[in-house]
Amino acid sequence: MAQPKNYGFEEEAGMLKDGARRFFAEKLPVDQLHALVADAYVPERAPEVKWRKELWDEMVALGWTSLAVPESAGGVGMPWVAVAALLEENGRAAFPSPLLTTLQATAVLSHCGQAGEAALAEVAGGCAATIAVMDPAGSAVPGAVKVVDGKLMGTASFVQDAGKCDSVLVVATDEGEPTLFWVKLASDGVEVRQDAIIDLTRDQARVSFDGVAADRIETHGAAAWDAALPTLWMLLSADMVGAAEWLLQTTVEYAQQRKQFDRSLGFFQAVKHDLVNVMIAIDESKSLLYSAACAIDHEPERARELAHMAKSSASDTAAFAAGRTVQMHGGIGFTWECYVHLYFKRQKHSQLLWGDAAWHRAALAALLLDGPSAAAAA
Amino acid sequence: MSDSERKDTAEQAEFRRYCKAWIADNHPGEPTVRLPLSPLEIMTPEQMAYLQSWQKSAYDAGLVGCDYPKEVGGGGRKDCQRVANEELVAARTPYYPNVIGLGMAAPTVFHHGKEALKQQLLPRLFSGEDIWCQGFSEPGAGSDLANVQTFAEPKGDKWIINGHKVWTSLAHFAEWMIILLRTDKGHKYEGLSYFVVPIASALGKGVTVKPLIKMTGETGFNEVLFENLEVDDSFRLDELGKGWQVAMTTLLHERGAGELVTPRAGGLKSESSLSISSRNVMDLATKTPRGAQQASDDPLLRDRMVRQLIREEALKEHQRRSRVPALIDHPMRLPLQNKLLASEIAQDTAALALEVEGPAASLYLADENAPARGQWPLAYMNSYGMTIAAGTSEIQRNILGERVLGLAKSK
Repeated sequence: MAQPKNYGFEEEAGMLKDGARRFFAEKLPVDQLHALVADAYVPERAPEVKWRKELWDEMVALGWTSLAVPESAGGVGMPWVAVAALLEENGRAAFPSPLLTTLQATAVLSHCGQAGEAALAEVAGGCAATIAVMDPAGSAVPGAVKVVDGKLMGTASFVQDAGKCDSVLVVATDEGEPTLFWVKLASDGVEVRQDAIIDLTRDQARVSFDGVAADRIETHGAAAWDAALPTLWMLLSADMVGAAEWLLQTTVEYAQQRKQFDRSLGFFQAVKHDLVNVMIAIDESKSLLYSAACAIDHEPERARELAHMAKSSASDTAAFAAGRTVQMHGGIGFTWECYVHLYFKRQKHSQLLWGDAAWHRAALAALLLDGPSAAAAA
Repeated sequence: MSDSERKDTAEQAEFRRYCKAWIADNHPGEPTVRLPLSPLEIMTPEQMAYLQSWQKSAYDAGLVGCDYPKEVGGGGRKDCQRVANEELVAARTPYYPNVIGLGMAAPTVFHHGKEALKQQLLPRLFSGEDIWCQGFSEPGAGSDLANVQTFAEPKGDKWIINGHKVWTSLAHFAEWMIILLRTDKGHKYEGLSYFVVPIASALGKGVTVKPLIKMTGETGFNEVLFENLEVDDSFRLDELGKGWQVAMTTLLHERGAGELVTPRAGGLKSESSLSISSRNVMDLATKTPRGAQQASDDPLLRDRMVRQLIREEALKEHQRRSRVPALIDHPMRLPLQNKLLASEIAQDTAALALEVEGPAASLYLADENAPARGQWPLAYMNSYGMTIAAGTSEIQRNILGERVLGLAKSK
């Protein structure tokens, strides 16, 4: 199957991207974002969820949660490449919302056929969702939650934006087999304990299930879960690419204004070349991102390979762009009042989530050097 | 049907069918001489003659310069060079030897030359009968290109040229040179003018070409000395004092960012050559023992090989993304990265291959035990030609920082 030359990125995708950029810039510009999430600067912050629910309701009203829901389940069924663009803008604004997690859950549900349609219909109707799968080491290998006597038992770690979501897609093991469950977070037996994390623009929780009777939506979830992984990686990469663009643009503006030794900072090659290197890194990640998204839409047999590339690159770029930004802002960049720490911490969080760069490269190496069967076993 | 075919216009589709048919009938097959990795490494007259005859046949068939007007020897087609390039690359035909002529001289002469000059020069350039070289660099003007000192003094309607060009690739085969000259010593940028000069016919009569030996031990580039060479004013491109602007046209095309598509052919090399790609390094690693295992089992090498693969894939994707306006922020942002990325990625890939080979990477061309016939150390050394020539990587970063990011100029 061939990929379209323009990634299948048609006019409506461009309109979605432009509209999203305007929405985020208007609704929560960075000074307001800072005021919202970083008003207090105590080093040991309590675990907390800071966002504006009414903005999420507006996003739902704009139809963003139904974009990726297939038409058969009452959604818009836009290509993933358009969804990537939406998340790129979400990352550019470091926007606190469950958009990423809801779209990731949508990706998994979309691979479940008819069994996923009821949950997808809820998502299309505005239900915010996240995914519970990781163990305390952060591995996304199902097993942290098990099915015991038909009920969910166990604790999933690193559940993203759980404090903002209505439902959670649990990837539990039933006699060792990954199985998907759709659970209301308010259900009896579900406990959400927030983590205190460096990223002020998101929340994260350990979600415990103590004999929860839940809706089983896929009895053979292994295939659906596995098939959706490239999309989960790609979607997070989109957020990171957008955030990296904000870091670059902000640092370029600073390098043009700030004067040292009677010259603007950007005059000096040590600074100029560093900024260009950040741009090069972003462009690498961005081209790979759209290539991966396009493969998910049009060439699924290459999606895993390209999504490994995209997340590996985005992870490196996130850390690089964030680190260089603080460094080039100098003392100001190291100061709480400067907005860059919001992005620095969001990028650190994203870099390590759903597999860091080395993990994705190791997986890709296994795929290419040892063959698909060996890679699956790893 | 490939994706580009799907997007072809009617003219392009018809031309593509024609190209496919012609290539099928005229592919020269396995080369009869050893072909080096790139045209800039052509060393012997036999290699040059073989490649010239290939370029001539492709030109006669209408596959070279096909987007240029018929009056200047082109094919008078619209957006078809890309099609010919795609088909020739896919068919792995030999490359064209007149790489500087096609890539740099042709668009520059076309945009800035007088009509009669274009008609005189371009047909033989496209056909490969006249090989071209580029007289930019001087001992005192490398990255600071505007500092060229080779001087042209007016004498009636002629010019007398004196000076010293250096690192001039293909000059030992070239009939013509595009040359950046100083015509006014009082102004740096405004004191430059741009000419074409016949050098082969002037050998011993004002022009001396002295081959230089590269660090690889191979020839390929030269010093060119001018001593009272007399040229006609009709060989001047554009106006007097506009040499810097003309040079920008050359450089834009040299860096792959010009609007006239450079004719390209496939990457066919002789059996003893290799192409610099991470897939090749991975292949090498699976065949290279390391202790009781293979180099491809070393986790650090695996990580780095895959890292290179990712960079290559991104560079390839840049081509596609640069044609989707909604996914780029500045029109030159991706095109201006081409040369920088292509050269640095190749260099790092070759360096990695040497690490995979281990101590055997020190065995060079003449050693019978050299892995891959010593081609990887050769490629690694030659890669510095790529990161230095046509504006060093440092200059490319300045250009990107200034033109794309809008940072203060360093000149």
